[in-house]
Order: sequence, then C-alpha cells, then structure tokens
Amino acid sequence: MKNLSRISNPHNEDKVIDACSLFGMMNLEGKRFSSRDPVKAISNMHERGNGLGGGFAVYGLYPKYKDDYAFHIMYLSKEAKKKTDKLLDENFDIIHDEEVPTKKANVWNPPLVWRYFVQPAKHKLKDQKADDYMMEKVMKINTETGKAFVFSSGKNMGVFKGVGFPEDIAEYFCLEEYEGYMWVCHGRFPTNTPGWWGGAHPFNILDWTVVHNGELSSYGINRRYLEMYGYKCTMQTDTEVLAYAFDLLMRRQGLPVEVASRILAPPFWNEMENLRPEHAYALRAIRQTYGSLLMNGPFSVIVAHHGEMIGLTDRIKLRPLAAGTRGDFLYLSSEEAAIRLVSPMLDRAWNPGGGEPVVGRLGSRKVIATLTMG
Amino acid sequence: MKSYLSSEYIVERNQDQCIRCKVCVNQCTYETHYYDVEDDAVYSRDENCTNCQRCVVFCPTHAITIRKNPNAYRENDNWTQEAIQAVKKQAETGGVILTGMGCDKPYFTYWDRLLLNASQVTNPSIDPLREPMEIRTYLGAKPDKLEMEIEGEDIVLKTEIDPQLCLETPILFSALSYGAISLNVHESLARAATEFGTLFNTGEGGLDPRLYKYGDHTIVQVASGRFGVHPDYLDIGAAIEIKIGQGAKPGIGGHLPGEKVSEDIARTRMIPTGTDALSPAPQHDIYSIEDLRQLIYALKEATDYTKPVSVKIAAVHNSAAIASGMVRAGADIIALDGVRGATGAAPKIIRDNVGIPIELALASVDQRLREEGIRNKASIIAGGGFRSSADVVKAIALGADAVYIGTAALIAMGCTVCQKCYLGKCPWGIATTEPWISKRINPDIASKRLVNLLRGWSMEIKEMMGGMGINAIESLRGNRLHLRGVGLTDTELGILGVRMAGD
Repeated sequence: MKNLSRISNPHNEDKVIDACSLFGMMNLEGKRFSSRDPVKAISNMHERGNGLGGGFAVYGLYPKYKDDYAFHIMYLSKEAKKKTDKLLDENFDIIHDEEVPTKKANVWNPPLVWRYFVQPAKHKLKDQKADDYMMEKVMKINTETGKAFVFSSGKNMGVFKGVGFPEDIAEYFCLEEYEGYMWVCHGRFPTNTPGWWGGAHPFNILDWTVVHNGELSSYGINRRYLEMYGYKCTMQTDTEVLAYAFDLLMRRQGLPVEVASRILAPPFWNEMENLRPEHAYALRAIRQTYGSLLMNGPFSVIVAHHGEMIGLTDRIKLRPLAAGTRGDFLYLSSEEAAIRLVSPMLDRAWNPGGGEPVVGRLGSRKVIATLTMG
Repeated sequence: MKSYLSSEYIVERNQDQCIRCKVCVNQCTYETHYYDVEDDAVYSRDENCTNCQRCVVFCPTHAITIRKNPNAYRENDNWTQEAIQAVKKQAETGGVILTGMGCDKPYFTYWDRLLLNASQVTNPSIDPLREPMEIRTYLGAKPDKLEMEIEGEDIVLKTEIDPQLCLETPILFSALSYGAISLNVHESLARAATEFGTLFNTGEGGLDPRLYKYGDHTIVQVASGRFGVHPDYLDIGAAIEIKIGQGAKPGIGGHLPGEKVSEDIARTRMIPTGTDALSPAPQHDIYSIEDLRQLIYALKEATDYTKPVSVKIAAVHNSAAIASGMVRAGADIIALDGVRGATGAAPKIIRDNVGIPIELALASVDQRLREEGIRNKASIIAGGGFRSSADVVKAIALGADAVYIGTAALIAMGCTVCQKCYLGKCPWGIATTEPWISKRINPDIASKRLVNLLRGWSMEIKEMMGGMGINAIESLRGNRLHLRGVGLTDTELGILGVRMAGD
C-alpha cells in the first residue's frame, strides 16, 4: 500500500509554520497606482518578517495582454525550462514570452523567472472550461516537472515573490515599473523553511491569490478534503489550502464570499441558537456540509481576485487584522500603523471581529465590513 | 466423568475479619460462598469463582481477596494454561467453548502506538475551561455542495439536507440487546444518553415500550432475527441500524437461551415466552450488496426518509471495499466494529481469531471513501474496545465521526470484565434478566455513573483538542497529521496514514 502521508508532497513536509505581515491596498474605482505605497507599508512591518520570504500580487498589471493567461514560472534548472517550454508548446498558444526583468538586490539565490502570455490550445480544450484546463496544466507542471513552478497564472495580474525581505523583492523585480488597481503584499517569518522561492507568499491559482499569517491546526483535514476535489498540495505550506478552498468554494461552486467566509470561520453552534430559525438552519447546514474546510488555529488572510479583496481572520481572532478606508481606497493590514503611514487621514479605521470578513468590491465604495445576520 | 479441570481462582477469607454477615453468600450468583451453621463460618467453592469482585467490593470488613490459582501446569509458551484447560474442557463436554466480552489476547492495540500532537510557540493552545471548545457532532449523509443565495442580508439555503443526528459528544452507547441485558440497564443507557445529548442503541432485541419516551436518543437496531421490529419501533427511534455483523463474532449469529426469555422479553422480541431466540448468521434477505440496498430503502420508505439509516459491520479483511459498497447502497452511517468489540456470548475461538483491529479498518475505510470522493455521503462510527478518551481522540483523528462504547459503559455501571456474561447470572446485575439479580442495577445510580463517564471523557477530549490548537471537532476529524506512530513498521504507518514520531 502506498504511503498515504506522502501522496502529494515530494518534499516530505506537511507545512511551513509562519508568522507574518500582510498588507492589501485596493482602489475601489479601479484606478491603477504604483508600488510606492504598498512597498512602503509592508516595509514598515519589517520586524514581522525574517527575510526568508516576501511577495506581491498586482491586479490590473498587464492591460496590454488582459485577455491572456499570464504565467510566471520559476526554473531551478535550464533543463526544467526546456522541458516546460515543450509542455507549454504542446498545450497552449503562446502569445508572448520573456524573462521577468530583475536588478541586483539583497535576495538569496534567485531562480530564473520567466513570463508567458498564453491561451489554451483550441484543439486540446474539448468540452473543458478554460479555467479548469488551465488549473489542470498548472498542477501538472508543478507536480511532474520537479524543477519548474508556475507561481502565477491569472489574467491581467501577476505575482512577484522570493526569498528576501519584501522591500528587497520589490527592488529585485523592479516593481517601481508596474502599476495596478490592487496590491496584496506579504512579509514572511518562516520557522522551518528550506528557503525556497516557491514557498513565499502570495499563493496563486488562476486569478486567486492568498497571503496568510498563521498556522492551520486543521491543515491535515483541510488538505484531505481538498484532495477529494482533485487539488494537489505541493507548495510546502498550509497557505496553499486556503487558496484552494477559495477556488473550490467561490470559483467552482459559485458561493458568495459571505458564505465562503462562514465556511472557513463559522459561528459557534450556540451562537446559531440565538438566530432566527431559517438563518440557524442555513448556517448549521453550511457547517455540517463543509466542516472539513473549517480553518482552525490562528490565521489572518487577505484573499484577492479580480474585482474583490477580502480580509478574514479565524473565528477567535488569534492573528491581527486592521482595516481602513480613505476616499476610494480600501486598506487591510496586520498593523494599523502601516496603513496610517501611507494614509494618515483615514475616513474610517477599525479592527474586524474574528471570523468577520471585510470585502472591497470594484465599483462600490461601500465596503462590506460585518455580517449582520439574525 | 471426573473433571480434570482446576479452579482458576482461589478465594481467600481472613477469618479474623469475617463477621459472618453473609453478604458474600447473598451477592455471589455462582454460589461460590456458603455459610456453615455448625462451624459458624463462611467457606468458598473456589471452582465457582469468576473473579467478578462483587463479594470483594461488598464485604463490609474487606475480609476477602481473590487470587489467581498459583497451582498451574508446567510452564510452556505454546501449551499455555489457557490452551490446556480449553482442551480438557472440550474433552469433557464435547462442546464449543463460550465466552463473553471482547477479545482478551495481546494483539496489538494500535492506539497504544499512536501519540497526539500539541501546540508550542507558533500556534496557541486553547484552554477549554475559558474559551469555547466544540465537540458537537452531526451524523448523517452530507451533500457534495450547497446551493445558496444571498437575499438582502439573508443566506437562503436551496439544498435540502438529509436527516442528521445531533450528538453533544462524539460518543454513543453501542448495541446491547434487551434479553442479553435487563430493562434496568437499557433504561440506564437511555436516560444517560438523553441527559447528555447522545444516543444509545437498542441492540437486536427490540425496545420495551416503557422506554419509548427516550426515542429521540435511541438508535433502533434491525438484525438477522428481526426481533421486536415493527412500525412503532422504527418510528420511535432517531435512527435505524441494520446489523450485519459484530466485532466479537463476525460471520456468526446469536443464541439467547429460552430460560432468559421472560414474559417481558418475549413480548418485546415478539416470540413465545421461554423459547430460544436464534439470530441467523446472515440476514436471510441480504445475500448481496443490492439486497442491502433494498433493505436500506425499505426502512427509509417505512419511515418517510425522516431518519438516517446506519449499517453495522464487523471489521474484516476487505472492510474498505465493503464500506464503499454500503455507502453506494444508501447507508447514511457506517458502523465499524473491530476485533476487540465485545459480546454477551460468543464462541471463544471466533471472538479471539476472527476480524481485524478497528484502527486499521477505520483508517482504510476512511481513506478509501476519500479516494472515491464519497466520504461525505456517510458518517463513520468506530467501535470495539475503546478504553479512554485518548482512544476516542485518536479514532477521530484517524477518520471516525464518532465512536461506540459498550464495554466502557458497562464498566461504568459495575462490570469488571470477568467474561462470564453468557452464563446470564452476572453478579453485577448487568448481563442477566433474572429479576432478583437485575434489580442490582438502579437506573438512578447507573445513569448517573454513565453521565459522569461521558462528562469526564468529554472534558478530556476538549483538553486534548485545546492542546492541539483546535476548537471544533470537525478540524480534528480525519486530521492524521496530529497523530504520530511509535514502534510501527512502514507498512503499518502506510495503512494508518500516519507518520513516524520525529518525522
């Protein structure tokens, strides 16, 4: 019988334990802005990281190729690129590809990073949805090639990440050259990382990204549940299961974020007893059905996809999350100080309660801040 | 024929302490003790003693000690005392050797080779005395996904949910049939389950109508003898369990001797008073998986799809494939009973040699159902020799939704696991239906002892979960990363899906 504990993890590690800094900044009108503020804010939380991981997700990044899937792939060997290029050629129409520009910075052992703008090859697609096809191929590259990792695969967005402090990563990837309407940033404090670039945050699948602070004590079952739906956890971190959970619930099952957040951080059973019966019934059914996706243990996350930025903590808020708004900007951060640094005159600043999502949606200045049910 | 058997135990009585009160004489149902008027002394017939400890506990002056008979055959690792005695017994009787309770052989108890995790530094442990800690468990089929819509501020559910059993602790009382045990024991279990918010299982002997008021906390069993199965019985239960097999005696039926079938039991079982109640080895309308499906749906039809249907099997070599078939046949709950599961009466040779440990069966069933993407379609209840809350936590981490406890519940009521249940004269008043003995179980006291046990174990479960940084039991269920193995081979670790400690 095969060793079930190692079924999908060639590195023989279950998860990376980390305690980190998060920062998210979104223009709710969709106006693009530079890396200046996000980089300044995340650098202000330097002490929350240890230089073993930093990263950025930028939405509205590639307007010129906005309808093409943008792959960012890191290669640990020349051989891997050759193999992967062949695989890409067979499965995609490559519109354009180039090396991601970099400059000298204080980063550790950078891999070769290449970007491709692609469309799924028509003859291969058959009845599959394009997104499902893309996800399958990303999983294939990440699990089968060994030395090539697709770490960004959405349209008109991109992830830049690696081993270093976030400000060093920003410098290395020349982020001052880019603009986007939403930036999600991460500084990392791993305690047992092998220091590999793919392990840094944000995590991405299609246009979904997750940055995460915390450790999921429910990881083992979260992962086994997601494996039932074809997800393969390869990235050596429990953040990955958060990304896949959002993908499963919101993209594949079409659940709204109000429900998805209730799945990941549900109310306590006895809290439901005080609600109107039909609400209690719905919430009970959610917990009964999706109990294996309850994210237990400390976490705060910022989840983003096109048009939406979501902040969420575990239901007893064992990790920090602060929120603020100013004009058409929404800010989410591990520390309020980082928000104040780039936007001293906030219209509103608050600390969301445990399990209560903060949701910013493109085209609406009305931020969803609490779920009022019952 | 002269018997060559020697007594297993020796009763020692300190005559200086004995006050000739005759409590031991009255308490022992095997007539081990007797009072000699002429000597004004109490003596013992050692050969009758089962070491049940009833006399020891009730002797007001603590005058009695029971010792294992030191007079043994020559040491032999192959021809043990037990093996030699068994052969002699069969040579004298020509019968099948009966026994009670679960397998007592030192087969590996995997629970003892599995250790639990706890949080340090990077993840705070949680104190269940000061913070919420949820162990409520719902049993029943869960949908693949929910259809929901947001209307205003409301979440509106579009999917219909199958019936669910709500347990306030992931522990149920396993099947103990009326006839094997008395009404008092049934009542004690029913009341404790009701008070604590869990369920008890009727076993295969039906349910006395006097206990119908506990129906919301009752799983009614349908077994091969179909004793006591009628529409009211099915309606009154919160769930129905089809019993295919039992861990103590996989593949064989049961036999309640006529002398135990009193008037009440006869009425409940719907058989004539004083007749033997024979449970066939298989259910004679289930010779295949498609037959099982018919019975599951017959029972669902009969109860308007208002309650989950469980199917209980003994853990055997290909449990995983069988369980998969059971789920596809419509079972909402799968009850797995391991080789250490107990019984009121079984041939010793079967009890000690047939079946597999619950740990391995549970691990492979859970994994198989996940690989097939149908784990959500049925809950798993594991049973068979659970001794402590740690065993329960380990089972849930391996993949069980809840566990059945039988022996532990009986021990809480007084049982000392002397393994003589099949004699029907249990001095503790449990495995007996003789009124003068069964009245020794007072449901007020026995249900209190059971509730105390559930409370104690539940508190311990919460402590262990809190230590792992988990505050909802669904995050422990199937979370094998919180288990590590010690002293296990790679093959064993592979089947358990658990890593070696230190890895």
